[in-house]
Amino acid sequence: MAAAIAPVSRGFLQRYAIVILAVVLLAVLPLSLDIFRLGLAAKYLSLAFCAVGIVLIWGYGGILSLGQGVFFGLGSYMMAMFLKLESTGADTSAQALSSFFGSNLPDFMVWNSVEQLPWWWEPFHHVWFTIPAILILPPVVAFVLSYLNFRRRIGDVYFSIITLAFSAILAIVIIGQQGVTGGVNGITDFRTFMGINLDPDNVKIAMYYITCVLLLVCVLIGTFILRSRLGKVLVAIRDREDRVRFSGYDPALFKAFIFAVAALFSSIGGAMFTLQVGLASPSLVGITPSIEMVIYAAVGGRLSLVGAVYGAMLVGAAKTFFSENFVEFWLYLIGGLFIVIVMFLPHGLAGLLDKLPGAKRHRLAALPGPEPDAAGQAAGERPAARLAGEVGGGK
Amino acid sequence: MSENILSVEDLTVSFDGFRAVDSLNFYVEKDELRCVIGPNGAGKTTLLDMICGKTRPTGGSIRFKRFDLTDMLEYQITRVGVGRKFQNPSVYEDLTVFENLEISYPKRRGLMGSLFFKRDADLLAKIDEVSERIFLHEVLRHKAGQLSHGQKQWLEIGMLLMQDPELLLLDEPVAGMSAKEREQTASLLNAISKGRSIVVIEHDMAFVRMIAHKVTVLHQGRMLAEGTMDQVQADERVKDVYLGH
Amino acid sequence: MTFDVLAMQAFTGLSIFTILMLMALGLAIVFGLMGVINMAHGELMAMGAYCSYGAARFFENFAPSMMDYYVFVGILLAFVVTSAFGFLLERGLIRFLYKRPLDTLLATWGLSLVLQQVYRQFISSKEVEVPTVSWLQGAWQPTDGIALPLSRIFIVVLAIVTAAAVYWLLFRTRWGLRIRAVTQNRAMAGAAGINTARVDAYTFALGCGLAGIAGSSFTMLASTGPTTGQHYIVDTFIVVVFGGVESLLGTISSAFIIGQMQSWFEFELSGSMARASILLLVIVVLFFRPNGLFATKVRR
Repeated sequence: MAAAIAPVSRGFLQRYAIVILAVVLLAVLPLSLDIFRLGLAAKYLSLAFCAVGIVLIWGYGGILSLGQGVFFGLGSYMMAMFLKLESTGADTSAQALSSFFGSNLPDFMVWNSVEQLPWWWEPFHHVWFTIPAILILPPVVAFVLSYLNFRRRIGDVYFSIITLAFSAILAIVIIGQQGVTGGVNGITDFRTFMGINLDPDNVKIAMYYITCVLLLVCVLIGTFILRSRLGKVLVAIRDREDRVRFSGYDPALFKAFIFAVAALFSSIGGAMFTLQVGLASPSLVGITPSIEMVIYAAVGGRLSLVGAVYGAMLVGAAKTFFSENFVEFWLYLIGGLFIVIVMFLPHGLAGLLDKLPGAKRHRLAALPGPEPDAAGQAAGERPAARLAGEVGGGK
Repeated sequence: MSENILSVEDLTVSFDGFRAVDSLNFYVEKDELRCVIGPNGAGKTTLLDMICGKTRPTGGSIRFKRFDLTDMLEYQITRVGVGRKFQNPSVYEDLTVFENLEISYPKRRGLMGSLFFKRDADLLAKIDEVSERIFLHEVLRHKAGQLSHGQKQWLEIGMLLMQDPELLLLDEPVAGMSAKEREQTASLLNAISKGRSIVVIEHDMAFVRMIAHKVTVLHQGRMLAEGTMDQVQADERVKDVYLGH
Repeated sequence: MTFDVLAMQAFTGLSIFTILMLMALGLAIVFGLMGVINMAHGELMAMGAYCSYGAARFFENFAPSMMDYYVFVGILLAFVVTSAFGFLLERGLIRFLYKRPLDTLLATWGLSLVLQQVYRQFISSKEVEVPTVSWLQGAWQPTDGIALPLSRIFIVVLAIVTAAAVYWLLFRTRWGLRIRAVTQNRAMAGAAGINTARVDAYTFALGCGLAGIAGSSFTMLASTGPTTGQHYIVDTFIVVVFGGVESLLGTISSAFIIGQMQSWFEFELSGSMARASILLLVIVVLFFRPNGLFATKVRR
């Protein structure tokens, strides 16, 4: 793949990366894939929202969150609750079942002999509650929790472990409270969204386009943030948090903000996932999926928002391919991927692009590497002699 | 009598029972350039750490203008006009010299402020002026990580100048500099001390002589002597401490 | 609540404590002392469990008369195999990533997935169980109302012996001195003539070996499957982090507290909700004590 695009100027690829991504998502994929494969692409793209967020928090903020599944799950479950209630209201067989029990309850609640809709389900009868909740609740939760922690100066590693624990907690609670969450089976079996039947092909294609547009908007928002002064401060915090305080900034606030943005993206991704795949499941909440989301970002390149989208699609496609053909090799592949990327390709596919001939220093100057030694230099050795060359473009 | 911009009173900090700074009183006047000297372990750096909020004192008070710094956070202390330069030059190595200075510009340091920040003429003029002053105008587009040790020291001073602080705390600003660079730095400090107060920790006595208005000698967390360079050098106790027994 | 119930609860707490302590000891060395986040630590426990299983099968088939003692062979084998694996892992992977803890986390997570698949493919995709040796069957009944399973008592004893051995090794031997010197000040230790790279490798191997011992003892209580390790990993990390990563005694104390909490919570709530509540509680405590419950204030 690298060879095929080598003749194209690398600067071109970078400057128009978002445009190229838009063309791929909005034209190339819909024209070349059948409806089934397009549905799979939509599924991976829903997960790409998380990967884009991970690039922001991990690549630029230096915070490795192993809890993006929590926010993906919140978005996914909130959407699922709305869809389930709508389907329960409309579906005749469900109605018959419910009226038999004297209430209008989702099927899994009836099976678990839950007799009354829990109060926190009630507002999800309304779309005007559900959609704002998907957009507001996860970022607010993320902001408050992480701000408190960052304010206490919890170390990077501790924060990763805490986010991991949150993933574990949410998955445990969902599985444990089967009667009100659907348990290990998740919430499924939806029919309509605001009266629109979700089954026909044209609805699915429309959903795909909506996902792509939302994803591109997220990438653009991320780009805007990174190019702003806030983005610079974020990089400064990643590399020298103590110094940033003495430049008069509150690092906790900035870190919590970017964490909240990533949570928002993940939540949108979760909602789009549920709409298209027709499922909200604890298997996308726990620690395994949460860590897997990090590899999407790592494959694309932890510093590349656009790369994260390709990373999610490639890993997702590989997962499907191997599950269909050589299921036993999938774990070897993804496990090996983690090791190889970390050891040899810390900047992922985007890093490979940077190594192409004709590489300018332009991008490196604007978007610095994660660690001094990650770029393959010997640790700590940055001879001042290099001063003479390499004048970055900067602005 | 000119007013004190900084009043440190009865300041104490102990680490596991060891008193690094012990009931110290320390006053800095407006527009003064003060040097703090003393042997290793005298508590010089710890004193600066407490003033700028990096270390919490165990007891005592720190007043800067009308603010009580004792319970303020680092960024809040910075915002009321205290700038700190560290012993090891600490600059953002992955950002360019320009960006290092830009980030230190004291406007719009809030969340939304920095998200929608636009470079304006004031900022560019200021960066121009500061980079000229710290001898780094030619290398504005270089990454800070590529600078020499001495240049990083200057850059950090420049970052402080961008903040326009009323009180500058400099920890060994000429460490690792050549003789020529030291002289340049001395004239730089003399120039920027107009209109602001500066506290400098330094071991190099020749350099201290070049810049100091007044010298404070610390020893084992306590004040040993204070006065002009000549007074301090004539002091028997100071000689004892430096020559050792 | 009667005395019997109280005593049984206390014993359950003690039993969970020793299990958590065994799990966490290895990680306290690898993560606490060395700062390596080894996400494959759980799979190393599973490796230890499979060693025990292998020993049991071997004795069953070739030396049935010695079957009563396979447990000890299993534990020894588990220690040897997992520490050897740990040694290779440190030399081949971990040592390149010492300065990048978060990258270590990802790489070892990858390793854990590979190991799971290896177990699934080459051992069994189902859970395996080891036979309980005759002298560990049954329970000790000091009174009519109290029955303490012998296998759990065995693990309590094993955990205490292991912890004492680790303590002795770290604080009473030359090797321990070297390990502590290297983890506290690498540069100075190197200057003092200690081969720091070798100490790193052996320390890591020791931590992995302890995971092996932990695994081989758990398999007496519960069956082992390819994903068993993943169930342990979060709890293990939480124990170490809760105690304060830099102190071995902190790890042991935190294992004790969490063990007691778990035993009481499980009495009141369902098992999974007890687990979730404890994780949440630990996060809350960490918020108030970011360096762990038993961390001492250090000058930075």
